[in-house]
Amino acid sequence: MDDNQNPKQKSAPQVRADKGEKPMGQPQWADSLRNLYDSVVDEPIPDSFKDLLEQLDEPDKKKSGKDGGDA
Amino acid sequence: MSSQPAPAADPVEFKRELTAVVPHLRAFARGLCGRPDMADDLVQETLMKAWAAQERFEPGTSMRAWTFVILRNAYLTDMRRNRFRGEYDENVAERILTAPAGQEEPIHLSDMHRALLTLPPERREALLLVGAGGFSYEEAANICGCAVGTIKSRVGRARATLNAMLADGDIPRRSIDDDTAHRAILEELDDVAAGNGLAEPTNGRT
Repeated sequence: MDDNQNPKQKSAPQVRADKGEKPMGQPQWADSLRNLYDSVVDEPIPDSFKDLLEQLDEPDKKKSGKDGGDA
Repeated sequence: MSSQPAPAADPVEFKRELTAVVPHLRAFARGLCGRPDMADDLVQETLMKAWAAQERFEPGTSMRAWTFVILRNAYLTDMRRNRFRGEYDENVAERILTAPAGQEEPIHLSDMHRALLTLPPERREALLLVGAGGFSYEEAANICGCAVGTIKSRVGRARATLNAMLADGDIPRRSIDDDTAHRAILEELDDVAAGNGLAEPTNGRT
């Protein structure tokens, strides 16, 4: 993502994993973890969410009925 | 919790920001609870709670952090009601966790996910926030309502566990399913929930 920088990770000596170590001293899985997260972030948002978001204001409108009610 | 009258948030702007964080909420939720369908339910619940609590959001602050607190609280509540057990659905995961193309990926994302789900919840969330979500330790501490040092230690322990697990290829398969482990998780959840000091945007539902 945009702000992945984590200064602490760079300075802290990392336990090494046999599976491979990044030049920066981060274990290889650190990338996998981010990829895991990012792979979901990059998924298209299901319609159910769009529907929900659209419905969010509706109860308001129904409740107040008239315009200009800023409660 | 917020006592000072916040400057009234513009509902349109609020909704725009809320919409923008949905992908992040889904990613965080899926990391927390493993099952995509349950994760999405959790996000829907979060969106409704966030909407209902919108006057408590301070414009200009991080919508992502604010909604993560709500999602986290909803997750903890649901966990204690036994709705989620950190279950891992192998088939769904296989389908969804395809590694980005063209990239050498020595650790399969599905292994990564499985390993992540074996962590105790409070370490898992700490690692997710810092290692995946890109939050600073301070931000993560605010989200979890605990001290910065606590977050650092949780992340450190999570890292050590994953280092060992992924290095050995020794990822427990069902450790979160058995009863002992489940009880342990619930006990830890109580601890985690007890640390809910700071921000607690919505709590009215329980």
